[in-house]
Amino acid sequence: MAGGKEIRTKISSIKSTQSLTGAMEMVAASKMRKAQERMILGKPYAHRIRSVIGHIANATPEYRHTYFDTRDVKRVGYIIVSSDRGLCGGLNINVFKAAVSSMKEFNDSGVEIDFCVIGKKAARFFNNYGGNVVAAVDSIGDAPKVADVIGSVRVMLEKFDNNEIDQLMIVSNTFINTMTQQPTIEQLLPLLPSEDEDMQHHWDYLYEPDAKELLDGLLLRYIESQVFQAVVENNACEQAARMVAMKSATDNAGDIIEDLELIYNKARQAAITQELSEIAGGAAAV
Amino acid sequence: MAMTMHCDIVSAEKSIFSGLVEMVVAAGSLGDLGIAPGHAPLLTALIPGPVKLVLQGGEEEIFYVSGGFLEVQRGVVTLLSDTALRADDLDEAAAQQAMEDAEKAIVNQGAEFDYSIAAAQLAEAAAQLRALRKLRK
Repeated sequence: MAGGKEIRTKISSIKSTQSLTGAMEMVAASKMRKAQERMILGKPYAHRIRSVIGHIANATPEYRHTYFDTRDVKRVGYIIVSSDRGLCGGLNINVFKAAVSSMKEFNDSGVEIDFCVIGKKAARFFNNYGGNVVAAVDSIGDAPKVADVIGSVRVMLEKFDNNEIDQLMIVSNTFINTMTQQPTIEQLLPLLPSEDEDMQHHWDYLYEPDAKELLDGLLLRYIESQVFQAVVENNACEQAARMVAMKSATDNAGDIIEDLELIYNKARQAAITQELSEIAGGAAAV
Repeated sequence: MAMTMHCDIVSAEKSIFSGLVEMVVAAGSLGDLGIAPGHAPLLTALIPGPVKLVLQGGEEEIFYVSGGFLEVQRGVVTLLSDTALRADDLDEAAAQQAMEDAEKAIVNQGAEFDYSIAAAQLAEAAAQLRALRKLRK
């Protein structure tokens, strides 16, 4: 049986780990609330812009933007959204797994893949994985700005415009609730026709300057807002996952401390009993 | 009382204004435009500039938008505001940056991150767990 002092040292060091994970849990909880708010604030914009695009696309059939055309897929672009930091459970790994399994289908049919990675974790993973990383963004922080994603989105859109990629996908986590984050793969380009009711309306706008220019500008912002939303949502997921991971770490530390304390008490009692019996034995010998 | 319409100013990051207004004056790409209730459906690009809202009751409020789009529907005006300064060369610079970052990420693969302290603590805790298991046996 180990000595009492060693066990005490262990208990106190686990206690300090426990207070650390406890603090991380609380920080993540408060960050998660803010991230969730941000996620909700951005939604009306994406919804609005989508309905306006749907309307122009229907209103001016003579101008068809290339983003609506489906082409033969020879090369695919993937935007992978991940976190910068670890200690958030299987959050990033789940996204990478989903991405890799979806890419396998393309690989099997001889389609090549370009990556745009958002977050340090994805940059690391896909460099090791051996993909062709064409754009990277990291250190976005807890309050993402649209400006953070403009550059990388533009790289991918230019590739699409130049027929270098024929399809653009985004892989990120969807926030279902605090306990559940679902990795999802969505197609950004070509735009899938939406069954939105807004698209069925038949009244027309006045356009200034003209529909084509407006549509170009709106589509760019639409894709950017989609990527931005994914980043914001992924951030909320990250905080939620970290909160849950740290909570279970704190609980585990509590369990370990309980067990250790039991062992410590047993060791202490054993030592006392031993001393007593030694004294009694000594007295009997005299 | 004057007629009013609903006005929303939204950006991808947040909702900036939402409420009833009597008039909206914004800087469109072809010139300033004032929109009063009953305006025909309209869609226009905005250039960076102030947006003046005449609130219900005549009070005025001014916002600055760095470009975006303005949509008028029956009784509703929506401004889709940009949050970032947009210009083609600025976007190009950002794209360049993203590509450089991609190359950099390949070079410093082993870079350490600022969670390393926490990771070390966690490793320590795992070691303690192992020690505890041995202790129990």
